[in-house]
Amino acid sequence: MRLLVDIKKRLKGFSLNVAFTIDDEYLGILGASGSGKSMTLKCIAGVETPDEGRIELNGKVLFDSAKRINLKPQERNIGYLFQNYALFPHMTVEENIGIGLRLPQKEKKQKVKEMIEAFRLQGLETKYPNQISGGQQQRVALARCIVYKPEVLMLDEPFSALDTHLRDQLQLEVLELLKLYQGGVLMVSHSRDEIYRLCKKLVIIDQGKSILFGDTKEIFKQPRLQAAARIIGCKNISGCEIISSHSVRAVDWGFILETGRPVPETTKYLGIQAHDFCLLDVASGDPMKEQNNVIKCRIKRIVEGELEYSVYFSNKEMEQDNGNSDLVYKVRKELWDNRRNKEELYLKIPEQAILFLA
Amino acid sequence: MDISPIIISMKTASAAIALTFLLGLFVARWVVRLKSEKAKMVLDGILTLPLVLPPTVIGFLLLLVFGVNRPIGRVLLEFLGVKIVFSWSATVIAAVVISFPLMYRSARSAFEQVDQNLVMAAKTLGMSERRIFWRIIMPLALPGVAGGGILAFARGLGEFGATAMIAGNIANETRTLPLAIYAEVAAGNMQMAAYYVIIVMLISFLVVASTNYFAMKERKYAK
Repeated sequence: MRLLVDIKKRLKGFSLNVAFTIDDEYLGILGASGSGKSMTLKCIAGVETPDEGRIELNGKVLFDSAKRINLKPQERNIGYLFQNYALFPHMTVEENIGIGLRLPQKEKKQKVKEMIEAFRLQGLETKYPNQISGGQQQRVALARCIVYKPEVLMLDEPFSALDTHLRDQLQLEVLELLKLYQGGVLMVSHSRDEIYRLCKKLVIIDQGKSILFGDTKEIFKQPRLQAAARIIGCKNISGCEIISSHSVRAVDWGFILETGRPVPETTKYLGIQAHDFCLLDVASGDPMKEQNNVIKCRIKRIVEGELEYSVYFSNKEMEQDNGNSDLVYKVRKELWDNRRNKEELYLKIPEQAILFLA
Repeated sequence: MDISPIIISMKTASAAIALTFLLGLFVARWVVRLKSEKAKMVLDGILTLPLVLPPTVIGFLLLLVFGVNRPIGRVLLEFLGVKIVFSWSATVIAAVVISFPLMYRSARSAFEQVDQNLVMAAKTLGMSERRIFWRIIMPLALPGVAGGGILAFARGLGEFGATAMIAGNIANETRTLPLAIYAEVAAGNMQMAAYYVIIVMLISFLVVASTNYFAMKERKYAK
């Protein structure tokens, strides 16, 4: 399987400009709500038409504005799992799964039966979509796509319509079920977690543009761009001034950092993940003199989460605190509760935790 | 009691609804699929006009088209030997033109209310446009379409103004129930008019009640 996408489309408020290629891996498309992810899938499926560009699947041209090729969705052989599943409400589970098959009655029945078994939907054959649970609806929708043997399967926010407590279990289930399907999978999501778990490759879309494309783990480790860092969930981002090849000033935060490695010349921003600070728990002395990259913190507020605290703070030594310079530090509860020095908070920023962003 | 108005009315209303239903569906589907919003607006205006114009104006316009001294009326008369005005077919034409907007508008909004995601999903499943229309759009739009059909039937049954203009009030030929009621009242036969009134009310009630019954049965999938 090989899918090549390079399309442009003008939309209300912004324009879509997306380019990527995938082979057999699972590709995730990550972006904020309304950034054009679903529209990208719709263009690939052929239910929306891009203004210009090219879409190619396994060497077959699906769309090419220059050559005026635009195959109908019916001719593209692409599976599309809609966000709300788009099950036909007036058809039973059986009918929903079989509706796209153009086979003699007997073979069709056999095929549908196989899918019902593989997707563990036995007993629900004659039920209508509104009579079954959300997870079951999702399995029906998935079965309906896969029975049709598409060359690529696209999942639009596959878990967003489900309750949180179901989500983890269903992710595993879907991953298991997807093994029944030989082919590429393209998955759109605004959940970093989902993408990280399920997809090997990643495209980041910001305001309609695909700004970064690559290996998922790489990108999460080193997002390279300010917008990409935001989308993968980096909470602390500051403007940056390069002082020397190995030190930078974090403009918004008012401190200087030693980087321990050369600073790329293109660096305009710095990022630090909220989990990456080190708590320096010293009872006495001034850790700022003994080590570099240590911040004396002024705690603004602490928000208690299920497993961790989010500690919002700013640099205590910064004279003008304009409120835009807050950072957030996420810390395990027991580590925070058992710290010895409760008078002052010192945090160290490890050199390797500094993200250089363009 | 003369039962001919009842028979003529039933014949007219049935023939009219058959034509209106198909025509309304066809035109609604065509307009919904138009790409240009402007063309949609203009067409919608024209197609809705018979609903808002006084029926006598429609009757007048129909006379302009079908009158024996008018181009279309003359062609029909000279080449086919068909005289439309003041014949039974004129009652049908009047009823169709007057009731068409009700059918068209109901069908159009029913089609437009079908979730577009379902149509898109059907396309990605390889279903042809024709199959999508008959298997997805029509079943889902059916309650609205049927409702439009009922309204159009009732309106056709009650048609008076345009019918009087183009079909006249000829006993045993073009005198439908509404015209019969008018004629009896004009002749001072209030008793007779009251019988006709009761019959019209009865038919109308039966039609509306039966739709509600079918709508209830139809929705087994919606809870």
